[in-house]
Amino acid sequence: MFKVKVFVTLKEGVLDPQGKAIQQSLASLSYDEVEEVRVGKYIELMVEQREELEKRINEMCDQLLANPVIEDYYYEIEEAVR
Amino acid sequence: MKFAVVVFPGSNCDRDMLHAITDALQEEASFVWHTETDLSPYDGILLPGGFSHGDYLRSGAMGATAPIMQAVKQEAAKGKPVLGVCNGFQILLEAGLLPGAMLRNESLSFICRNIGIKVRRNNTMFTSKYEQGEEIILPIAHGEGNYFCDDQTYEALQRNNQILFTYSNNPNGSVQDIAGICNERGNVLGMMPHPERAVESLLGSTDGLTLFQSIVSNWRESHVLNT
Repeated sequence: MFKVKVFVTLKEGVLDPQGKAIQQSLASLSYDEVEEVRVGKYIELMVEQREELEKRINEMCDQLLANPVIEDYYYEIEEAVR
Repeated sequence: MKFAVVVFPGSNCDRDMLHAITDALQEEASFVWHTETDLSPYDGILLPGGFSHGDYLRSGAMGATAPIMQAVKQEAAKGKPVLGVCNGFQILLEAGLLPGAMLRNESLSFICRNIGIKVRRNNTMFTSKYEQGEEIILPIAHGEGNYFCDDQTYEALQRNNQILFTYSNNPNGSVQDIAGICNERGNVLGMMPHPERAVESLLGSTDGLTLFQSIVSNWRESHVLNT
C-alpha cells in the first residue's frame, strides 16, 4: 500500500482572490511581512500496489484531481503500513 | 423539437429549464439522469445550473466524468445544439467540450442579480433572433463565474468568433468580459447568465426566451430543408 500526497496549486499568472484576501487578513493581524499568499489543495490517496503506479497517478491528476488549464500539481509517494 | 435536460445530483435549475422549454417555448423536454448513456432520441441537449456533486474539488469536475457526458459528446459531434448554463457551462469546460476554466469570482462573493449582456454575434444557432450588438438583460447567479483562459486560447476564441456574449459591466473578473462562448463549430454554447430564468415578462425579462426561440427556429429550418 502507498500513501500518495497530491498537492494542487494555481498556475503562476492565475489570479488567486482567495490568497489575496488571506494576505490582507494576515496584514491586518500585523503580519505585514507576508507579500503573497497562494491557496492550493492537498489530496491524500491510499493506493494499492500496481504496475505503472506513477503513470496512473499522473493520469488521475490530469483527468480529475487537477485542471491543467489553471492548476499545477506534484505528488509524493510514501510506502504505507496498515 | 425535443430537448433533454440532463440532471446531475445537485442540479437546481433543471426544473426552471424544463419550465422554460415546455411552458414558455411550448416545445418538448424531458429530464435525463446523469447515469444514462444515450441521448440520441433528443434534438437538443441542455445542461442546467446548480451545484453538481456539491461543487466538490472544482465546479463541474465530477459532473464532467458522469456517464451521460460521453453521450453529450456524441450528440455534439453530430452537430446537435448543446447548451450549458452556469454549472452546465462549468461542466462543458471541465469535460473539454469548450476551452478555458472557471475561477472564483474576483470579489469572492456569490453574485445574484440581473445584469447587462452584449450579444457579440447573431449569426449562430443560439443567437440568430437577437440583434448584432444588442444589450439584453439576464440574471446571473454564481460564485465561480470568473472565466479564465491563456492569451493563446483567447486569440483562438477571437479568431474563430467563439465569443457570443460579454458582460457590459464585468461582475466577476472574467477574461475580456466573457460571459458565453461556443465551440468552433458553433453548436456547443456555455454561458454563465441564465436565459431560462428570463422567459416571462411577468418575471422581469423575456430576453432569455429569444435564445431558445433561435435554437428552435434554426432547427426547424434545417429540418425542413433536409426533408
